[in-house]
Amino acid sequence: MTPGLLLFSVCSLLCVGGALFTVLSANPIRSALGLLTTIFGIAGLFLRLNAEFLAAMQVLVYAGAVVILFVFVIMLLGPTAKLIPARGTRSFLARAVGGGLGAIAGVFVISLLVSTKEHAFPIVGKEHGTVEAVGRQIFEHGLVPFELVTALLIVAVVGAVAVARTAHKKSEKPKIQNPTVRLFHGPLLARDAGRPLDGRTLQERYESEKNA
Amino acid sequence: MDTTIESYMLLSSVIFVIGAIGFLVRRNVLVQLMSIELMLNSVNLLLVSFNRLHTGNMVGQAFAFFIIAVAAAEVAVGLAIVLQLYRLRGAVNSDDATTLRH
Repeated sequence: MTPGLLLFSVCSLLCVGGALFTVLSANPIRSALGLLTTIFGIAGLFLRLNAEFLAAMQVLVYAGAVVILFVFVIMLLGPTAKLIPARGTRSFLARAVGGGLGAIAGVFVISLLVSTKEHAFPIVGKEHGTVEAVGRQIFEHGLVPFELVTALLIVAVVGAVAVARTAHKKSEKPKIQNPTVRLFHGPLLARDAGRPLDGRTLQERYESEKNA
Repeated sequence: MDTTIESYMLLSSVIFVIGAIGFLVRRNVLVQLMSIELMLNSVNLLLVSFNRLHTGNMVGQAFAFFIIAVAAAEVAVGLAIVLQLYRLRGAVNSDDATTLRH
């Protein structure tokens, strides 16, 4: 077994296992960890495919930003993140589409396994997939999309803040000037000792007698 | 096995279908977003492995780079919407997002 084959086998096992863990686990934090496993597996496969720049980007952006964002939101939601009330069976459309996708994938996988025709990768030079080569491709042939991506990112950040922030309403608590009232939720006067409240609160009685 | 395009196509399709079925079956919006990430990652893997077939050509990797950037933006906005859904309904169940239903 060559080192390349070993890397491919380990990383593909990590990918499929992590993907299954993501979809099957009931706790979203475990799903996030499964997603992290898949991302690291795919970064390893990128290394096997001579795409070292993309492997670094994969770890930086996905493992460093996306999964951390997921974990933050799960922690913000607390226990409600996994509280999904049990419903009836899924809708017919969802089951049909899921089954159809599974069938198509099964046919595809079997046809790939059966076919004897294999396309081996050619030998590429050392510059394949380096920062320099990918950067040259992006800046020489995709400068406008690159600049549009910067605009997209800033719009997404501003949009995320605008969507996620709550509208702060001014609190409509009654203003109580008397510090005694504020502290004890009612007046603490010597003449009030032992007087019946007649169904009112201390605060209400204080307000009515203050105006009288 | 690790030097043919077919094995990468196989792996990529398996991950994509796991993500797609997870998106359809799960009702937790967070897990649905993670399933979308799985699908995007599998497509990235496919683009990079096809790019490996062409020497001296980086178009596939540039595409994968843009997909990573767009996925990061999508997750930021999606999680903000999840937070608002939680504030509105007290749960992150996609069956509860029926405000726009006619």
